[in-house]
Amino acid sequence: MPELLALTGNDAVAYAMKQINPDVVAAYPITPQTSLMQKFADFVADGEVDTEMVLVESEHSAMSAVVGSQAAGARTMTATSACGLALMHEVLYIAAGYRLPVVMPVVNRALSAPINIQGDHSDTMGARDAGWIHIFSENAQEAYENTLQAIRIAEHPEVLTPVMVTLDGFIISHGVETVQIFDTARVQQFVGEYKPAFTLLNPHKPMTLGSLDFSDFYFEHKVSQLQGINYSPKVILEVGREFQRTFGGDCCYEHFEAYRMDDAEMAVIVLGSTAGATRMVVDDLRSRGIAAGMVKIRTFRPFPYEELAATLKKVKAVAVMDRSLAYGGDGGPVHIEVRSAMYGVNNAPLMANYIYGLGGKPIDLVHIESVFTDMQQAIATGKFPRRIGYLNLKE
Amino acid sequence: MAVDYLYYLRADKLPHMWCPGCGVGVVVKSMIGAIDQLGWEKNDTAVVSGIGCTSRAPGYMDMNTLHTTHGRALTFATGVKMAAPDKHVIVISGDGDATAIGGNHFIHACRRNIDMTLIIVNNNIYGMTGGQFSPTTPYGAKAATTPHGNIDPSFDLAQLAIGAGATYVARGSVDNARMVQKYIRDGLAHHGFSVIEVLSNCHTQYGRRNKMSDPITMVDWIASQVVPRNKAEKMSPEELQGKIITGELHRNAERPEYTDEYRKLIERVQAKQAARAGARP
Ligand SMILES: Cc1ncc(C[n+]2csc(CCOP(=O)(O)OP(=O)(O)O)c2C)c(N)n1
Ligand code: SF4
Ligand SMILES: [Mg+2]
Repeated sequence: MPELLALTGNDAVAYAMKQINPDVVAAYPITPQTSLMQKFADFVADGEVDTEMVLVESEHSAMSAVVGSQAAGARTMTATSACGLALMHEVLYIAAGYRLPVVMPVVNRALSAPINIQGDHSDTMGARDAGWIHIFSENAQEAYENTLQAIRIAEHPEVLTPVMVTLDGFIISHGVETVQIFDTARVQQFVGEYKPAFTLLNPHKPMTLGSLDFSDFYFEHKVSQLQGINYSPKVILEVGREFQRTFGGDCCYEHFEAYRMDDAEMAVIVLGSTAGATRMVVDDLRSRGIAAGMVKIRTFRPFPYEELAATLKKVKAVAVMDRSLAYGGDGGPVHIEVRSAMYGVNNAPLMANYIYGLGGKPIDLVHIESVFTDMQQAIATGKFPRRIGYLNLKE
Repeated sequence: MAVDYLYYLRADKLPHMWCPGCGVGVVVKSMIGAIDQLGWEKNDTAVVSGIGCTSRAPGYMDMNTLHTTHGRALTFATGVKMAAPDKHVIVISGDGDATAIGGNHFIHACRRNIDMTLIIVNNNIYGMTGGQFSPTTPYGAKAATTPHGNIDPSFDLAQLAIGAGATYVARGSVDNARMVQKYIRDGLAHHGFSVIEVLSNCHTQYGRRNKMSDPITMVDWIASQVVPRNKAEKMSPEELQGKIITGELHRNAERPEYTDEYRKLIERVQAKQAARAGARP
């Protein structure tokens, strides 16, 4: 029987980890992730999991220990935020290059400087090209479910690619919600046992990982690494559907959720927790006869270019919301991807980018409404008031 | 003359974020007292820190301040000192900042003997992130990450600094602020890399888990452990069991200082090049 519990997002992910029961977990504290590992450590201390906890001295060490452990054949996890993820950066590429199916929840937080501990997406966006799959969560329930599914996605023999599951710092990580925790035996059956085909320290099949590889084969190896992540969209959908069939959840199990998009004239594109507020705005506008819609992107890497273009080509205006900046690029990273997706689409919708919420700056319904107002204006005049706007920014 | 503390502080940033009774305040006050005694100009002094409760200190200090990343303050500070060798550079760090995530930089700053001062507020815990154990958490002590007691052996920070090559090393404790100020002043005045370890109370994160949840009990506990060096010299190893020796523990005026060496190297190479150019017809 599923249990309904009042949990923070961090607790919900810790419950997912408890049910996954990883062989090894490496941990190092950083706000706002800390309470996630603290909760998981309670499960370890109470003997509710068989996990060996490794308490390391930095995130660089955490990810290194994770890579070593996973390479030795153990299902291994860690979790982090912000500068912790940045400090792991070097080793993120190694996890992906070794084709290790590591799963890591990341509680999104702003990067320094200036120092800020609130939520935005600059941390994981900085790891955009590290070779990991990025799955965003809208709320605690999704963070829980995405973490469970991530194991199956990462470990799929055709994928073997690490996955980061993100949840917005404080908004999801520390907000308390009702979360449905599914029956542990069934979850464990769904997740399955970890049976890696290749591991270190197997005397019958000795192997080497990550050795020197110059111009002879480096390029070939890196291109072959693409096979895993390129295969993953299919697996993400299969795993999502199986999850939904098994547990009957009502989260997003696709690459993105198209909300009231069937007859929409305009669409906002969002990641993470802002989808909740945007849905309210869409409903309100709909009740006033305005054909508003929303696309909530769940898998940012691999990015669902073609499916998204097919959905967006039906609308007249698109506003992409970004909770981080791509300095020197075209606004924010999501915007860059969406523009790229729409290249070559006939009669592509008008498009603008809205940056919001850096360092935890509040995003209220009025700000999202203003984006729809801009879209209405764009449809009427054939032009957005600006290509890149900043929501709730002090002038 | 009484020290005008507010002159050295950013009053508009107060009240500070520390818990009432936190030992970091004692250290900041001692630091200001030492700077004042030496008559250092605020504009000639840089205070650099990493991340942590301790590392928040420069935010309140009206000097050239650099608030950096967790564990790396010494590397930023090394850059500042190399660019401006005639200015004063002070680093203030927590035990985690200096010896867990930043342990590598700590030993290398000591090894180079660069003319900076590192003040470590050793509260035996990661205060800021909720009381996880640090490399100085005592054996058997409880932390958020050691609910059944710590089994990791801990570092002796002062000995680590001496072993790695620091040329002035002292240890004080917050129950004796006067001596903390003296060690900081001597460390600042010392030409070379100086390390001042200050045993401090984090009653909120450490004390609470170890039956010392108020600052007074915890400062008393610190006071009960420390033995000044001159007294310790007259004590037997049995009597010294479980005690922590405070005082000036190491001073070496012989080892060359790094920015001096660097300057001399430049002069030597330039002289050689000039001689070579002069020898040409
Ligand atoms: C790269 C990185 N990882 C983790 C953190 C989170 N963090 C902030 S302070 C801190 C520990 C601080 O302990 P200590 O240095 O002893 O300072 P105290 O708070 O006790 O003064 C940690 C782990 C961070 N800021 N950056
Ligand atoms: S948590 Fe500990 S170190 Fe931080 S301000 Fe409070 S008493 Fe001081
Ligand atoms: Mg500390």
